[in-house]
Amino acid sequence: MSGYVIEGATGPWELVIGLEVHAQVVSKAKLFSGASAEYGAEPNSQVSFVDAAFPGMLPVINGECVAQAVRTGLGLNAEINLVSRFDRKNYFYADLPAGYQISQFAHPIVGKGVIEIELEGGAIRPIGVTRLHLEQDAGKSMHDQHPALSFIDLNRAGVALMEIVSEPDMRTPEEAGAYLRKLRTIMRYLGTCDGNMEEGSMRADVNVSVRRAGEPFRTRCEIKNVNSVRFVMQAIEAEARRQVEIWEAGGEVQQETRLYDPGRGETRSMRSKEDAHDYRYFPDPDLLPLVIEQAWVDELAAGLPELPDAKKARFMSQYGLPAYDAGVLVMEQATADFYEAVARGRDGKIAANWMLGDFFAGLNRMGRGIADSPVSAERLGGLLDLLADATINGRIAKEVMEAMMETGEEAAAIVEARGLRQVTDTGAIDGAVDQVLAANPDKLAEYKGGKDKLFGFFVGQVMKAMGGKGNPALVNEALKRKL
Amino acid sequence: MTLEFTLSGARDALRARRISSRELTEAHLATIAELEPELHAFITVTPEQALAQADAADAAIGRGEGGPLAGLPVAIKDLFCTKGVKTTAASRILEPFVPPYESTVTANMLRDGAVFLGKTNLDEFAMGSSTTTSAFGPTINPWQRRGSNTQLVPGGSSGGSAAAVAAGMALASTGTDTGGSIRQPASFCGIVGMKPTYGRCSRWGVVAFASSLDQPGPFARTVEDAAILLGSMAGHDPKDSTSVNRPVPDYAAACRRGVKGLRIGIPREYRADGTPAEIEALWNQGIAWLRDAGAEIVDVSLPHTKYGLATYYIVAPAEASSNLARYDGVRFGLRVPANDLTDLYEETRAAGFGAEVRRRILIGTYVLSAGYYDAYYLKAQKVRALILRDFTDAFERVDALLTPTAPSAAFGLGEKSDDPVQMYLNDVFTVPASMAGVPGISVPAGLDTDGLPLGLQVLGRHFDEETVFAVGAALEAAAGFSARPGIRMEAGR
Repeated sequence: MSGYVIEGATGPWELVIGLEVHAQVVSKAKLFSGASAEYGAEPNSQVSFVDAAFPGMLPVINGECVAQAVRTGLGLNAEINLVSRFDRKNYFYADLPAGYQISQFAHPIVGKGVIEIELEGGAIRPIGVTRLHLEQDAGKSMHDQHPALSFIDLNRAGVALMEIVSEPDMRTPEEAGAYLRKLRTIMRYLGTCDGNMEEGSMRADVNVSVRRAGEPFRTRCEIKNVNSVRFVMQAIEAEARRQVEIWEAGGEVQQETRLYDPGRGETRSMRSKEDAHDYRYFPDPDLLPLVIEQAWVDELAAGLPELPDAKKARFMSQYGLPAYDAGVLVMEQATADFYEAVARGRDGKIAANWMLGDFFAGLNRMGRGIADSPVSAERLGGLLDLLADATINGRIAKEVMEAMMETGEEAAAIVEARGLRQVTDTGAIDGAVDQVLAANPDKLAEYKGGKDKLFGFFVGQVMKAMGGKGNPALVNEALKRKL
Repeated sequence: MTLEFTLSGARDALRARRISSRELTEAHLATIAELEPELHAFITVTPEQALAQADAADAAIGRGEGGPLAGLPVAIKDLFCTKGVKTTAASRILEPFVPPYESTVTANMLRDGAVFLGKTNLDEFAMGSSTTTSAFGPTINPWQRRGSNTQLVPGGSSGGSAAAVAAGMALASTGTDTGGSIRQPASFCGIVGMKPTYGRCSRWGVVAFASSLDQPGPFARTVEDAAILLGSMAGHDPKDSTSVNRPVPDYAAACRRGVKGLRIGIPREYRADGTPAEIEALWNQGIAWLRDAGAEIVDVSLPHTKYGLATYYIVAPAEASSNLARYDGVRFGLRVPANDLTDLYEETRAAGFGAEVRRRILIGTYVLSAGYYDAYYLKAQKVRALILRDFTDAFERVDALLTPTAPSAAFGLGEKSDDPVQMYLNDVFTVPASMAGVPGISVPAGLDTDGLPLGLQVLGRHFDEETVFAVGAALEAAAGFSARPGIRMEAGR
C-alpha cells in the first residue's frame, strides 16, 4: 500500500506500527486533587495529601479534566461514552504514592475514532483510534542527586493524562510521524494538551512488528516513552531492522518492553513478558462510575473551535489555496489565525504566497516563530496593500519586507523614508528608456535583427537605471513603444 | 454518679448547669485512669486536649452557645485521623504517624462541641472481630462470665470504642463498620452500635480498610444517644465521592416514633444451624416484643445470605490489598532502612504489618491476580449484586428486618485466634447488610446463661436510619436491659 518495506536478505518486510500517546491534560488542577498542575515548580511544592496518598485521603474527579477528554474525543471524531469507570492499576514504585494508579481500564471515556493524516504527495490516510482514557501521572524519581539515595518529586503525581491508543494501522515511520504531528495539532487547536514533547507533556509508546506482505501480525515489541517525533521515527526503523534480523536468522522475536537510545540509534530490552507486572486492575471503590449527559457533550461540541481539517477545506474554498499551502497554514492555530488576519479583505492567494515565502523565510533566519514575529499580521497586510495599489512593485516589496523584519516598522513608513515609491511618471520612464537605448546601440541592433529575447535585458537595464522603482507594466509599455 | 449519665442526660445536665464539662471530663478521665490498666480500651489518651476542649465548651455553654455535643466527653476509634494526635490504626506501620488533618466525621463532632478523651483500640487496620490483632495488645471486655475471671474479647474491630462506652470511660464513641465492626462489639459489650447506610458518613480522613464497605457510626449506651451522635457525624462531604448529598434528619426524634403499623421481616436464612438456642430464644423474644408494640411480623427470604461471608472475604481483602499498598516506608509512618527499594518495601511491611493484615493482603492480592480475577473477585461482585437484590426485594414487603447480631456472646481471649475461619464466622449475621450497604443497629436485648450480653440487630432500607432507630428504640424499651458489667459497678465505688 505504502510501498515502504525493509529489504532483508530473504526479501522485503512490511512494518506494523501502533502508538499509545500520553498527553498531559491542560487544566489548572490535577485529576483527583485540588493541587496545581503547573509545570516547572520547585520539587514537591505542588503536592496535596491526596497526591501523596496519606491515610484516609480520597480522590474527587476534576470536572475540567473530564471536559478536556470529551473535547479531545470530539476532535478525534470519536464515540463519547456517557458512562465510564475508573480502575486501579496496582504496582509498587517509589514515585507512585498510593501503590496504584487510577486509570480507566475496562471502560474508557472515549471509544473508537479516527485521525486523517496527509502523506507526501497529498494522499490522505485514515488511522484508527482505538480509545482515549483518563489516568493519573506518577511522580518523578531522580537517581542522580545522591550516591546512595533516590529523590522523589511528586509535583507531577496525580496530574491528568489522556492515553490515546491507535489501531495498528501505520506502515511506515513517516506515517507514525504524521500521526503524532496531526494528533498534536488537533489537541493544540482544542487547547486540551500543549503537545510539548520536550517537557514531557506528550510522550509516545511505540508498538512495532514486522511481517511478510499478506501475513497476519507477528509478535510486537513496545518501545516506551519516546519523547520526540524524530526519535519515534528513528526508533521504529531501528526496531524493525532488529526484528528482521532476528526472523531472518531463524530466531523468534520475544514480546517485551524496550527503550530507544537515540545516541546509539538502537533499542534495548527493558523488561521481558515474564517480568511483566500483574497490575491486578479492579474498579476503584473510592469513585463512582463517571456518568455524563449527552446535553453536556453537545454543549462542549458546540464550543469547539474550527479544527485543522475543516479549516484547511475552508481555506481552499474561501481563499482558493492549493491543498499543500492550506495544509501548512493550518498546522498551527496561531499561523492560521495570522494568515486569516492578513488575508481578510485582500487577495488570499497573494497573502498565502507572501506568508509561506518571504515572511516564513525571514522568521526562520531570525529563529523566531509566529508568536514573537517582529511583523504583525496588520503590518504584513499593510505591505500587501502597498503592493496592491501599485505604490511599490514586487521587487521593492521584498526589500521592504526585509526592512520590516529588521526594524518592525510599518511598510508605508519604510517606503516613504527610503523613497521606494514606484515611479509611474511616464516622462521619467521614457527618459530612462531613451538613456538605456542610447547606451546600448549594439544590443538594439541585435534586437531589431530579430533577437526578441533581448527585451528582458532592456527591462532589466531600465529598472536598474530607475533604482528598481519603475512600475514594471509602464516600463514594458514604454519599451515596446520605443523599440 | 457521672458514670451513669447517658449522652442526652449529660447534655441536659450541662445545659441546666447542674454539672460542668470539666467535671464530666475529669470524671471520665479518672475512670479511664482506673480501668485502663485492666481493659486497655485506648491506644492514646489525651487528657490535656480533653480538658481544654471541656473548658472551651463550658465557656460556650456559659454564653448560651454550644453545639449539640457541647462539652460531652467521647472516645474516637484510632482509625479516624485526628489533627495533631497520633493515629495508628493499631498498626506498627503507622505508630509514628501524626495526621496534619482532621477526618470529616471527627471535624463535624468538634464543630458541635464534643470533647475527645482519646483514641481507642481496634483490630489492626480494623481487620478482625475481637480487637486481638492490635499491634498494641488486646482490649479486654468489661464483662465477665458469671463466676469466672476468664478475660473475654470485646468483639471487633471497634472493640476499644465498645469497651470504653460499656465501662463508663466515655459517654459515647465512634466506630467503623466494614463487616460488623460496630454491631458485633456492641452486642458483645451490651451497648448500642449503629452502622449507617454506606455513604451517610464521610470516609474522608478515616484510614481505609475496604473502601466499598467501610462506614463510620456511633456507639452509645442508649438508642437515642446513638441517634444524637450520628446526627453530628453524618452529612454530605464533597471530599468523599461516595458520600451522599441528602439532608440529615432528626434521628433522635425518630426514636420516639414507635413501631405501630410497621412491617418487620424475619429472614428465614438467619436461622442457621449451630446458632445457640438462647440466641434463637432471644430472637423469638424480640419478635414477640415488636408484635406486642404493634408491628406486623412477616417471614421473608434473603436467599443469598449463605454466600455473604465467602463473598465478603474476597471483596474486603481485595480492596484492602490495594488500600494498604501506600504503607511503603517512603513518605510517612514506619521505615526500616534498607539498601534498595525492594528491600525497603519488604522489610518495612514485614516489620509493620501483623499476621492478620498480612493474611488479608495475601488473599486480596491472590483474588485480583491474572487468571484468578474472574473466578474470585468478579464472581464475588456478581454475588454481591444478588445479595443487594435480596434486600431490595425484602424491603418492598417490609420496613425493617430483625435478626440476631452475632452467633455467640463474647468469647475468651485466644479462644478463636488459632483458626481464622472460626473468627470470620462471627460476622455471619452482620456481613450481608454490609455487602448491601443498608443501615443496621445492634441493641442489647438480654443476657445469656453466663450473664453475658446479647444483641439483636435491626436492618433498614438505604438511608432509612429513622425506621431503624424507631425499631431499635422499641426493642430497647421492651427489653429494659439494665445489666452492667461487673468492672463498671466496682469502678468509682
